[in-house]
Order: sequence, then structure tokens, then C-alpha cells
Amino acid sequence: MNELASKTGDWKARTRKSTRRLAYWTLAWTLSMAVAAFGPIFLWSDNNLITALAIFINLAMGIGMITANKRHLDGLDELQKKVALEAMALALGVGIVFGLGYSLIEVTHLLPLKAQISHLVILVSLTYLVGTILGNRRYK
Amino acid sequence: MKNRLKVLRAERDWTQAQLANALEVSRQTINAIETGKFDPSLPLAFKAARLFELTIEEIFQDEA
Repeated sequence: MNELASKTGDWKARTRKSTRRLAYWTLAWTLSMAVAAFGPIFLWSDNNLITALAIFINLAMGIGMITANKRHLDGLDELQKKVALEAMALALGVGIVFGLGYSLIEVTHLLPLKAQISHLVILVSLTYLVGTILGNRRYK
Repeated sequence: MKNRLKVLRAERDWTQAQLANALEVSRQTINAIETGKFDPSLPLAFKAARLFELTIEEIFQDEA
């Protein structure tokens, strides 16, 4: 037991820390997105300078989130990376196929829809979530 | 690929969590390897061999 303990790294703590860091960046990005979207209407009544600043902050938060996500993925073990990769592949495929299909429905006026980017984001996010859950269940 | 990870771990009285921490992977990964659902990479197999002070072939065997 002691022999093993001496060989034990702090991988678990590092992973927990990188997950927490990713959660903070994602929260900051989401909040900055809400401020940039609703600020011009409710907070500073269409002041373009403040709006531009809010969008710049949102982009900066986005870069921070992307970097945190990359570090988080780098820190995962090989099985977790495999689960994440399979979930990302599923999300990308579903996003492209159904996103473009959805767009075609609007372009061809087949149904009275108004395609929005937020719908695609929701679809990709939910697909990634389902892919991750299924992947984790498969290797449980 | 078959492996003796579970037996070797039991012989040393280590838990899955302890082995996972020593190999710097999740407990889920250890469980998936032990149950044959996931084959480890060569670096992870070498790491396990070093930890158990055995050769890779003494831990992992090809089923073919």
C-alpha cells in the first residue's frame, strides 16, 4: 500500500482542477454572451462603443474557454479521450447533416421555419452530451 | 486482448482507485481494461508493467 502510495501521482487532482477551470471559463463566456446580447437593450441603450467592448470581451472569454477546453482534453486519460472523441464526432456529424437539412427546409420554403444559429448550437450541445453519456455507459 | 490486471492487483491488495491513481488514469479506465472492454495503449501498458515490475507479456496476452 505504501509502495503504491509513493508511486501515486496527483493526476486526479489535476483533472479536477482543469475541469473546474473549464467550467469557470464556460460560465464567464456564457455570461459575457448574455451581457453582449441583452446589454444594448436593457443596460446601455445602443451605445455602440460599449456594445463593441462587450463583444470584444465575449470573444476574449471564448478564446479563454477554447484554451481551457484544450488543456482539459490534454489532461484526460486515453479512455476518456476516446469517449470525448467519439462524442465530438457524433456531434459534428449530426450538426452538419441535420443543420444543413434544417437550413434546406428553410431555403426551399418546404416548411415555414426560421433557421437560427442557436438551434444548431443546442443540437450540437445536446448530441455531444448524449454521446458522452452513451460512451461512458459503454465502458462502465 | 486478455490481461491479468485484476489478479495482479488483488495479489497486492490494491483497489481499482489506487491502481488508477498510480497509473494516472481514471478508475473507469482500470475497470474497462480489467473487463476487457478497452485495450490500453502501449505507453500505458509499459507503465503498468513498470508498476508491477513485470514484462508487458506477463500482464497482457493476445487472444488470437
